Amino acid sequence: MPNTQSAPLNYVPGEHPDLKPPIGQTGLLLWVRKNLFSSPFNIALTLATIYFLYVVIPPMVNWLFIDSVFNAGSRDECRELGKGACWGFIGKRLGQFTYGFYPIEERWRVNLTFVLFALALLPLLWEKMPRRRMLLWFSLAFPFIAMWLLLGGFGLESVDTDRFGGFMLTMVIGVTGIVFSLPLGILLALGRQSGLHFIRWMCTGFIEFFRGVPLITLLFVASTMLNYFLPPGTTFDLLLRVLIMVTLFSAAYIAEVVRGGLQAIPKGQHEAADAMGLKYWTSMRLIVLPQALKISIPGIVNTFIGLFKDTTLVVIIGLLDPLGIGRASLSDSKWQGLSTEVYVFIALFFFICCFSMSRYSIYLEDKLHTGHRNE
Amino acid sequence: MAQTLEDLGPPSVGPPKSSFSIGKIWTDKRSRGIVIQVIAMAIFCAIVAYLAANVVKNFEELGKPFGFDFLKQESNYDINQTLISYNSQSSHARAAVVGILNTLLIAVCGIILATILGFILGVLRLSPNWLVNKLAYCYIEFMRNVPVLVHILLVHGILVHSLPHPKNAMNINDTLFLSNRGFYTPQPLFQPLFWLVVAAFVIGIIFAFWYRRTARIKQEATGEQSPVFWVMLASIIGLPILAFFLTGMPIDWQFPEQGRFNLKGGMAIKPEFMALWVALSLYTAAFIAEIVRAGIEAVSHGQTEAALALGLPRKRTMNLVVIPQAMRVIIPPLTSQYLNITKNSSLAIAIGYMDIVATIGGISLNQTGREMECMIIVLGLYLTFSLTISTFMNWYNKRIALVER
Amino acid sequence: MNLIKHVAATAAAASILLAGTVQAGTLDDVKAAGFLKCGISTGVPGFAFTDDKGDWQGFDPAVCKAIAAAVFGDSSAVKYTTTTGKTRFTALASGEVDVLARNTTWTFSRDTDLKLDFVGVNYYDGQGFMVPTELGVASAKDLDGASVCIQTGTTTELNLADFFRTNGISYEAVPIETNDEARTNYVAGRCDVYTTDASGLAATRSSLEDPSAHTLMPEIISKEPLGPLVRHGDSEWADIVRWTLNAMITAEELGVTSANVDKMATGTDNPEINRLLGSEGDLGAMIGLDKAWAWRAIKMVGNYGEVFEQFIGKETPIGLERGINAQWTNGGLLYSPPFR
Repeated sequence: MPNTQSAPLNYVPGEHPDLKPPIGQTGLLLWVRKNLFSSPFNIALTLATIYFLYVVIPPMVNWLFIDSVFNAGSRDECRELGKGACWGFIGKRLGQFTYGFYPIEERWRVNLTFVLFALALLPLLWEKMPRRRMLLWFSLAFPFIAMWLLLGGFGLESVDTDRFGGFMLTMVIGVTGIVFSLPLGILLALGRQSGLHFIRWMCTGFIEFFRGVPLITLLFVASTMLNYFLPPGTTFDLLLRVLIMVTLFSAAYIAEVVRGGLQAIPKGQHEAADAMGLKYWTSMRLIVLPQALKISIPGIVNTFIGLFKDTTLVVIIGLLDPLGIGRASLSDSKWQGLSTEVYVFIALFFFICCFSMSRYSIYLEDKLHTGHRNE
Repeated sequence: MAQTLEDLGPPSVGPPKSSFSIGKIWTDKRSRGIVIQVIAMAIFCAIVAYLAANVVKNFEELGKPFGFDFLKQESNYDINQTLISYNSQSSHARAAVVGILNTLLIAVCGIILATILGFILGVLRLSPNWLVNKLAYCYIEFMRNVPVLVHILLVHGILVHSLPHPKNAMNINDTLFLSNRGFYTPQPLFQPLFWLVVAAFVIGIIFAFWYRRTARIKQEATGEQSPVFWVMLASIIGLPILAFFLTGMPIDWQFPEQGRFNLKGGMAIKPEFMALWVALSLYTAAFIAEIVRAGIEAVSHGQTEAALALGLPRKRTMNLVVIPQAMRVIIPPLTSQYLNITKNSSLAIAIGYMDIVATIGGISLNQTGREMECMIIVLGLYLTFSLTISTFMNWYNKRIALVER
Repeated sequence: MNLIKHVAATAAAASILLAGTVQAGTLDDVKAAGFLKCGISTGVPGFAFTDDKGDWQGFDPAVCKAIAAAVFGDSSAVKYTTTTGKTRFTALASGEVDVLARNTTWTFSRDTDLKLDFVGVNYYDGQGFMVPTELGVASAKDLDGASVCIQTGTTTELNLADFFRTNGISYEAVPIETNDEARTNYVAGRCDVYTTDASGLAATRSSLEDPSAHTLMPEIISKEPLGPLVRHGDSEWADIVRWTLNAMITAEELGVTSANVDKMATGTDNPEINRLLGSEGDLGAMIGLDKAWAWRAIKMVGNYGEVFEQFIGKETPIGLERGINAQWTNGGLLYSPPFR
């Protein structure tokens, strides 16, 4: 101890020359050593991965981009021009992939709906948007505006739902399912938490049933069986039946997510609300649900992603979603055998949509997390 | 209005008034609950009655009978993958059983492969190796964000289009063949003495568990450890092998060979099964990987450090400290993934794998026209599967959770 | 209370909007709706396909168009519903469609047990086999051990099981949902043989890259009379569908075509033509339509032979011969009851 005390403090800046850090202790080299070659096992793993990438990536890039043909009138033309993917097919059928059989001269309505959808989405996603409150009313009205635009009537030429197809159908089913399953799911979750035995029993039964069976069987029920439950001779649109089933299905999943959120709310919050003399619905609306929903947002978004991906199943009951359009287009003798291109193209579409949704949910999760910490 | 004012007033101290008024029923919390439930029940019953009446009326109007007698009729169609003996003269009920077994087969195989792949991927995702880590990340994100139906169709398309025709099947030593008609292996033909090998296997298992118990009792009493693992391995695997050679190898192999159209003989795994299995496993593995990663990350680093400070070796730290705690986080979401794999196996219908939806819910439904009955059977079966899996996993979860206390 | 009333009224109004009720006879409902609801397949080359504008064309939709022409005088007053093998009978039974014009085989159990009414046959078909020529198979009986692609939900798989059982040979069934996928699998070599109705085989073969590399087997293993069908129990409606089809067949027999029907409608020497086209007697009134119903169907859609040649005949890529689908006068099976 006395040694340090007596040591003179006579360091003059600039007296000692700045030494460069030893080689391999900073920058790229260090990073490579630390992250790729830190141990024999790691070295082996890195080499194996590099080899794997070498085997997989070049042929894939070749097939996807370099050898692929972007402009061709038929499969034979494609094969003459290059050995890779035949994207000309997708290009020629892009209209059908997007709009299905929607009348060509009415396609602007679908485009307008897509644009309005983006507008309606903005205030929901961007919290600091100016005049958000007003625009939220527009978002709320959007499903009905979209219904009018797509189906027609009231001054527009009406279009039957059997004309719907392609990505537009995916969006219709996905968005409708999302919009309607959220409130229904919240109600179911509240019902399952309710103190009233019969209501709890009913909601639990409903949730467990819809979570226990695959969506495809429910779609079969919608397409083959539902008519028996209606008065004789009554029918309604197949797409509507599918929408109902998809909504109920995803509402059951949302109910479980929201229930998780509800259970995470401390009992004190309920008791405080009761002590304030709030009625059940008021306390739910003002105290419990805002907190519970905030916690369950990531789970809800995940359910939406699942719902969106599940819209592809409608192809099995004969609706023409992108897969169905692909199937129908491939039966054209000019374009036979290009199924891989179709699947890759559809996979890309879903990847972009779902990946951005999951990124957004991660962003929200981070934001909400810090929010809690600040409290 | 009057009642609400009364409610807002100071609480009455005296005994509750016995006077009865209709408004009371609504203001009192308990009686209101009963009223709401009665109304809900009435609405529920009315809806059910209405739907049931419609069904009855519809069936009457169409003149269709309702009943499950058709299950006894001949099915008249063939199924390409059957785990039990079945032909076109078997009944629809038997076709349904074949479908159930096929569904269970794909579910069990899928669960096993997805779990293995998922755990490997989850660990790779935590790897300090940047390249491996990012590759696993890309894989997981690609798999998770593309519909499983697209995966199934893509894998099936690749298998059928890129594998060779059976005439030029990939061939390992004339025993294993891989072609676009499936993966062929030799089929074992058991000879009479084979039961001795089976008996040895059963005895081996019983002995192994008895040994493990005595070893544990011994360890608790004396602290002495026995080589449990090796003894168990020797008795479960070694004993049957010994019996196998002693009885003079009582198995004949029937090797697949080239027929006129297909490979003949042997056992075959159909490309439909392979495609469904691979696609479902790869898809679900991505979800399981994320679950495993989250589970391991949830165990705080202090736990590992504490265990190491106590002098536990790395492997034991992992086995005794980290994994048991991670499992508690992993099990519940893993359960729902297992349920998902079972439910997603119904997409088999897209590529022609004959599961329940394709047999009783597909061809039988078409041939007999009994939509209602067939769909009831299919829905009932899936509910049974789901409830069984979740009950089992809940039981397992509870067992693990107890370890915590 | 007021609110409940309001909600109930809204719900009732909504349910009426959603659900078109079909309480009265089918003809009245169709007339009230202003269009015919017609069930067709999801696509079989020549028999049902969408043209560039997205309109349904083909041998099967032609039946729908003819009925619509007879009832409304507008062959485009049809709302098509695509049905799969699984959904078709439910769609009809539930009233989702008024008539099912989808290559559906007339069988005993479908006619009786499923409570449907087949009104006639518009194509006599039979199940056949197609194999690549290079396999050198001469007869379907040589197919022991082969993998066979079949479309599920059809009578095809039942016939197939029967055929292989009767001949004591084995096969691997590869069941596939749709015609397109079956073809894809066949082309990829997943199966050696593709089996379906002979007309479908011809259509599929014509769409393959090299049709000559594939052979149709001589065996036709089943009878597949394909025809339109309606619900059990509404005979008036069944009559309209039946006699519209018969009018098309009779028109060909009598030489009435869409080109000369106008001239013939003014009156000819042949009393049957006159009765058919409404210039003599009033057959239309007997089925609840006007005199000119058959004239409209023939004018707007054509007679049987014209429709055949337009969509599946020799001049089309499908290239089917008339064969047994010729008029009885030419040695075929088409034999319409007389218009009298």
